[in-house]
Amino acid sequence: MPVKGVFAGGRASSAPLVGQASEPTIFELSVPGRSAYSGRNTEVPEWPIDAIEAHLRPEAVELPEVSERDLVAHFTRLASRNYSVDLGAYPLGSCTMKYNPRFADQVAAMDGISGVHPGTPENGIQGWLEIFSVLESYICAITGMAAATLQPPAGAAGELTGLLLMRAYHRSKGRNPQKVLIPDSAHGTNPASVTLAGYNAVTVPSGPDGLVSVDGLRQLVDEDVAGIMLTNPNTLGLFETEIVEILELVHSVDGLAYYDGANLNAIVGIVRPGDMGFDIVHSNLHKTFATPHGGGGPGAGPVAVAEKLARFLPGSLARVAADGSLGWFVPEESIGRVHGFYGNAVVLARALSFMQYLGGDGLKRMSELAVLNANWLKSRIEDSYFIPYGQVCMHEFVASAANIKKQWGVRALDIAKSLMEEGFHAPTVYFPLVVEEALMIEPTETESPQTLAALAESLIHLAELAEGNPEVLAAAPARTPVRRLDEARAARKPILTEDQRTG
Amino acid sequence: MNFPEHLNYTSDHEWLDAGADAVTVGVTDYAQDALGDVVYVGLPQIGKEVAAGDSIAEIESTKSVSDVYAPLTGTITEINDALNERPELINEDPYGEGWICKIAGTVDLSTVLDQQGYRALIQQR
Repeated sequence: MPVKGVFAGGRASSAPLVGQASEPTIFELSVPGRSAYSGRNTEVPEWPIDAIEAHLRPEAVELPEVSERDLVAHFTRLASRNYSVDLGAYPLGSCTMKYNPRFADQVAAMDGISGVHPGTPENGIQGWLEIFSVLESYICAITGMAAATLQPPAGAAGELTGLLLMRAYHRSKGRNPQKVLIPDSAHGTNPASVTLAGYNAVTVPSGPDGLVSVDGLRQLVDEDVAGIMLTNPNTLGLFETEIVEILELVHSVDGLAYYDGANLNAIVGIVRPGDMGFDIVHSNLHKTFATPHGGGGPGAGPVAVAEKLARFLPGSLARVAADGSLGWFVPEESIGRVHGFYGNAVVLARALSFMQYLGGDGLKRMSELAVLNANWLKSRIEDSYFIPYGQVCMHEFVASAANIKKQWGVRALDIAKSLMEEGFHAPTVYFPLVVEEALMIEPTETESPQTLAALAESLIHLAELAEGNPEVLAAAPARTPVRRLDEARAARKPILTEDQRTG
Repeated sequence: MNFPEHLNYTSDHEWLDAGADAVTVGVTDYAQDALGDVVYVGLPQIGKEVAAGDSIAEIESTKSVSDVYAPLTGTITEINDALNERPELINEDPYGEGWICKIAGTVDLSTVLDQQGYRALIQQR
């Protein structure tokens, strides 16, 4: 049961549920002939079907047939069973699950921002081009870069884009290095992107302080190094204090330095990746600049680059044309498009509105509070949880349930599941891999001191409960609509279609 | 935890069993417990030449993806195909049906631990 006494806006333990019956699938709600949409008022001209007869399917696609009323009810019920940022605190480390302010919804819904066809001629979308142009300049100002593509639709897409830019740079110099260095604490997307881009990922071991060791790195740097991918602060929430030396070392063999912007929320307005020596920076607008994310987005992962890489950027970029108006521009040595049209444009408009709403001083305050909240929470729980890297953290920190597991058999997973019962979303578990039984906690700046206090109380309560009542944590959550899901079976024998389920 | 006496171990939590023609390789009970439920095993190609320390297989669990490193230099002569269908064998029987591959080559005994040495390594953690 939730700890009594601390009232907090971010605790969701009162979230109402009508019942624990399982929700049928949309296919089970299907009734032949029923439809949620009538096309009778469409303005689309009709064409005789025989013109496309050769392309027709022999039989109809088996789509669920439901009324609009049942459709909306079904998805509303599913949504009400889901823990979302709007419901309460979501300290999912590395994901920066901050609250998305409502004004950004108003901006996204404005006439002229919504409902614009991406093929509209430039003279009809000067306002949109200005949004692109101003957002690009803000991103460059925040990251210390010269130019940026807004096209990549996610952080990982930004990583791939950055690596393709890295290759274009080396090829332009007649070189073809094959290795990209990645610390062992990196996000899993880094080695995945490296492999997808055709490079070989080489792991850089962390030192005992959780940071990249310059001496260790020196042994790995040679002429075959295309670059390094780093996030700073790293995934342990620690600032890489030797970042300048690290990047000088990589630059000494003409390698490029890629900044994974996943942890940008810690440093906006305080230090710029460009000043640290980075050449390529992606920003997860959907994390740092409060646009929706999770469950597939839509996200936005603009990639900003130093001057020497600007000529390779994907098109189209918003630039001033000869007549003074704004137009689309494709750099001469562009690597080509990385997404349809201009990326997830409305998400970009939301991010710009967030930046303008907070202003430069507000964005700096955002990062300061994110760091303060993480440090406060860490200090609050450090008597109950082992903190393997105890120095002052940035916007997140990693606790370990290793001692609790050793003594009482309670795992990080059990703590995470039990926290749901307390009315909070679980932290990230088992990441980064360099920490045993990791609980990676990122409160973000949007949670109040009361919510942080309640979250701390709950975490401490669970550590105390582990002593003597490990079975309670092993069985949690007990009151949620679904309890422990069989993750292993879901991964081993996934059932992805209705046919598989019923067949 | 169970660490059979007749096996050799590495600090990467793998076990080796030197047979007449080849060395059988798998991961230890400690490793399978730390990994959690294994959901996929990426196996090497038969005939592949590997050097000690090379990544030869990949174990994906509900928690993470981890590499399996070649504990010796040699040639892959056999792989445990059963893991394609039943990756959970790594959890259920790490020293038996959960074996990963066989490598023909000579083990450098200075690079491996015996049961006692491995147990001491685990206890340090």
